[in-house]
Amino acid sequence: MSTYPDTYRYTKEHEWVAVDAGIGTIGITHHAQSELGDIVYVDLPKVGAKVDAGKSFGSVESVKAVSDIYSPVSGEVTEINEALSAAPEKLNEDPHGSAWLVKIRLTAPEEIQSLMSSADYQTYIKAEQ
Amino acid sequence: MRYLPKSDSERQEMLRACGLESPEELFAAIPEPLRLNRPLALDDGISEYEIVDYFRARSARSVAGEASFLGAGAYAHYRPVMVDTVVSRGEFLTSYTPYQAELSQGTLVSIFEFQTMICQLTGMDVANASMYDGSTAVPEAAMMAARITGRDGIVVARTVHPEYREVLETYARYQGLPVTEVGYDAGTGAIDLAALDAAVTDATACVILQSPNFFGCLDVVQAAADLAHARGALLIVVFTEAVSLGVVAPPVAADIVVGELQSFAISPSFGGPYAGVIATKEKFIRQIPGRLVGETKDVRGQRAYCLTLATREQHIRREKATSNICTNQALIALMATVFMSVYGKQGLRDLAAQNLAKAHYLAGQLDRRFAAPFFNEFVVRTGSRTPEAINEALLGKNIVGGLPLGRWYPELADCMLLCATETARREHMDSVAEAFA
Amino acid sequence: MIKKVRSHPTQNEPLLFERSSPGKKAYQLPALDVPEVDPAAALGGENVREEIPGFPEVSEVEVIRHFTRLSTWNYAIDLGVYPLGSCTMKYNPRINELVARLDGLAWAHPYQPETRSQGAFEVMAHLEQALEEITGMDAVTLQPAAGAQGELTGILLMRAYHEKQGNPRKKILIPDSAHGTNPATAAMVGYEVENIASNSHGMLDPEVLARAVTEDVAGIMVTNPNTLGVFERDIARAAEILHAKGALVYMDGANMNALVGIARPGDFGVDVMHLNLHKTFSTPHGGGGPGSGPVAVKKHLEPFLPAPRLKTTAEGLRLDFDRPDSIGRVRAFYGNFGVLVRALAYILAHGGNGLRNATVDAVLNANYIRRRLEPYYDLPYTAPNMHEVVFSDSKQAARGVRTGDIAKRLIDYGFHPYTVSFPLIVHGALMIEPTETEGKMEIDLLVDALISIALETENDPDVVKSAPHTTRVSRVDEVTAARRPVLRWKP
Repeated sequence: MSTYPDTYRYTKEHEWVAVDAGIGTIGITHHAQSELGDIVYVDLPKVGAKVDAGKSFGSVESVKAVSDIYSPVSGEVTEINEALSAAPEKLNEDPHGSAWLVKIRLTAPEEIQSLMSSADYQTYIKAEQ
Repeated sequence: MRYLPKSDSERQEMLRACGLESPEELFAAIPEPLRLNRPLALDDGISEYEIVDYFRARSARSVAGEASFLGAGAYAHYRPVMVDTVVSRGEFLTSYTPYQAELSQGTLVSIFEFQTMICQLTGMDVANASMYDGSTAVPEAAMMAARITGRDGIVVARTVHPEYREVLETYARYQGLPVTEVGYDAGTGAIDLAALDAAVTDATACVILQSPNFFGCLDVVQAAADLAHARGALLIVVFTEAVSLGVVAPPVAADIVVGELQSFAISPSFGGPYAGVIATKEKFIRQIPGRLVGETKDVRGQRAYCLTLATREQHIRREKATSNICTNQALIALMATVFMSVYGKQGLRDLAAQNLAKAHYLAGQLDRRFAAPFFNEFVVRTGSRTPEAINEALLGKNIVGGLPLGRWYPELADCMLLCATETARREHMDSVAEAFA
Repeated sequence: MIKKVRSHPTQNEPLLFERSSPGKKAYQLPALDVPEVDPAAALGGENVREEIPGFPEVSEVEVIRHFTRLSTWNYAIDLGVYPLGSCTMKYNPRINELVARLDGLAWAHPYQPETRSQGAFEVMAHLEQALEEITGMDAVTLQPAAGAQGELTGILLMRAYHEKQGNPRKKILIPDSAHGTNPATAAMVGYEVENIASNSHGMLDPEVLARAVTEDVAGIMVTNPNTLGVFERDIARAAEILHAKGALVYMDGANMNALVGIARPGDFGVDVMHLNLHKTFSTPHGGGGPGSGPVAVKKHLEPFLPAPRLKTTAEGLRLDFDRPDSIGRVRAFYGNFGVLVRALAYILAHGGNGLRNATVDAVLNANYIRRRLEPYYDLPYTAPNMHEVVFSDSKQAARGVRTGDIAKRLIDYGFHPYTVSFPLIVHGALMIEPTETEGKMEIDLLVDALISIALETENDPDVVKSAPHTTRVSRVDEVTAARRPVLRWKP
């Protein structure tokens, strides 16, 4: 099985989104966590916040770097992953699973079409290296 | 030059190793027209004993007097010998900011102890490794409150040190943080709560109050906190006289405490260097500016310390940083740490009690302007004579009197601010009282 | 054989709180010569605190032992080379400590009568004049407390100047090699930041600059020599480009140790700059402060300087508060006066020629290091360097050894590391600034150590990657420190 689930869609800024019944679950990719190194803090928006595709909605921090997280899709935050504030290391351990960041009710579901597939994303990160 | 450890032959040898003939060639990269092709117009270098003579002469023309009753943000407390003994050690004096934890555990541990003592003293959960001074820590705390609340209004009491308010004004001007001042109660000298009530709105990020305030009065911290919190604003409490915390209840109702530590064995030194500090509640830890030292372990499992939460800072977050501040006042904070260690739990209380006794002895002989309780500073009316005339008379006895207040408070032009610390002697205080008579 | 500076043995020491026991004390107060006052009666019972929980209770002997033992865990200039780039860690003359503690200076109160402050004012006036001569600028304020605050003051001055012309403008240009303080400062004064790419020599490119400078640009923040230690040879041309559009040039004086007595910012187009007295003028870093960051300006910015200003009158020096165009105060009182005393003592000791000789030695040391290390370490930018030199770890990275590892291994050889991973435009940077304080013998020891590490990287990279091996603590876990912050002791 690929590290990068086929059912997810990916951005050039290394976020993923999985859509189910109009709700998008968003996280950062395995590649992103590996580039960042040990993640020490995650800054997430509040439930109810509006986010726009391509705009920053939070950040992840390693000891010596801060990286913005850009939303792959537009919508309203319905849930945030509270567990990450106490255990940011989960982002290093399980970025595509239990360490999702936020859930968003999509306002423009068609935005998904412009994102990369798993295969395209893997080609993209290979080219970037 | 005695600070340059090279012989001419070593210089020549090093130049040759670089493939150069003369030292001038080292600067070939500077275009000729941009060079200073003359000696600097400064006097020739002088010997150590001439340097001492030079500064002794200036020292003799800068005279604090046999006694002084000035406070107002710079206090005359005794400095235990231990303080200079410790900070004169080259390992503290001549070390750099402790980025390399393996070579800086001494500085890191002392800062960790400093942070702990400031928390104990202020009743807050977390304190930073120090700021430049109290005056610059005030706007840093206000900016912090604006980030936390997402609001921009700053409400500041007129009884906060006037120069601190001027610094706040300078910092706030271009960050879109409008500053509103609130007056004081003419009877008590504490903040005018009705005026505060009118000034705080749902756009207010913070209320800034000083206690003991610039008039020496204990201010109404709890009432101001209730008022601010009811409208979703934070309360910032400032102190300029750290020794007061030996006896005065800490401002635990505050969200952020900002202080000047000059009273802790830092000589007045004509206004600096001092050390400020910001302390706050656990939940605001990510928004505090300045350096923080944390406890952790090393690769061998031993207790160790390092600078931490650096992602708040300018070298990482650049234009989005919590502040442009780079460093702290480590050596000055170390003076305060040694001071707190020397006096300790009972000593700081005893020291504060002596300040209280001296100030109340002096105030008891004079016409006090405000009714609120005070620690070691208080405002007095000067009666039929001007504050300047009384100070002039005192100077004749080689005593520096109080601070005339008209410069910042025109309505108090007939008043002066007096301070009596543990170093004030009874006979000098009696002389002051006589000058008023 | 590689000669090492050996570390001395260090002792264990608990935190001061762990030494405490009820009733121990290190103080004694004199008997009161006035009646005692009951705190509850004077302050009101609700205003009196309980005892301070956890505050230290130790004896005088324990205070001295505690801090002396802690001190042995520190590295210091007094122990050896401190080759941190852009930090200018030079010798701190002890005479400066003595004169700063003279009674009339150390005990001067900032509000004591001006007639009784003439000596303190003279020190300040003398230092202002000396710094004007050294920088080639027209006026100096000594008020800023540190370099970053000097920067803030400088950009506030820039803004006040433009506002007086009727338009504050919008942007500040910052080269990509700049310190992080520069963008942080510009943001604090309400300016947008536009980054300017360096050319292939790591220098300002006048062509790129000419395209970026518009009427929206308030000015540029440059460091010269830049963070690669290279003199910006087009600085005068760059200043012309900015001035032609009414924009100003701010210079970060962090690297002034390369220029004193050789070239003056005032002569190459700089309008405003700050100095770090704790770098160029030898005042002690003290483990991270106090510093002092005077700002020097050309005449057209003088009206905007912070109040008060020193003024010469028939009755001597006075403070002038009547400054209608001033940006206001950036700090209470008059700046870090005690630091100013030390810096003036340094200048007096050197004199004009001595200052220039110090610059020559600083630049010679950096060039000598470059020449000796070039065969072993990659030099990404080859333009002639001044007082510091920047290598990259690219040769060693091939063996899995990074600049941070080399730095840690240097500790085993008895030296403090250089600046790691800065400037950002050099990947894996080793930034070395020896200053004039080092003689040939110390420099050779440092260079030999770095060569030895380069050889170890070839033969035994693991010994480098797991360094340091000789310190009390090694490779402190910064990740856990940041994930679960413990910022104070608790019982």
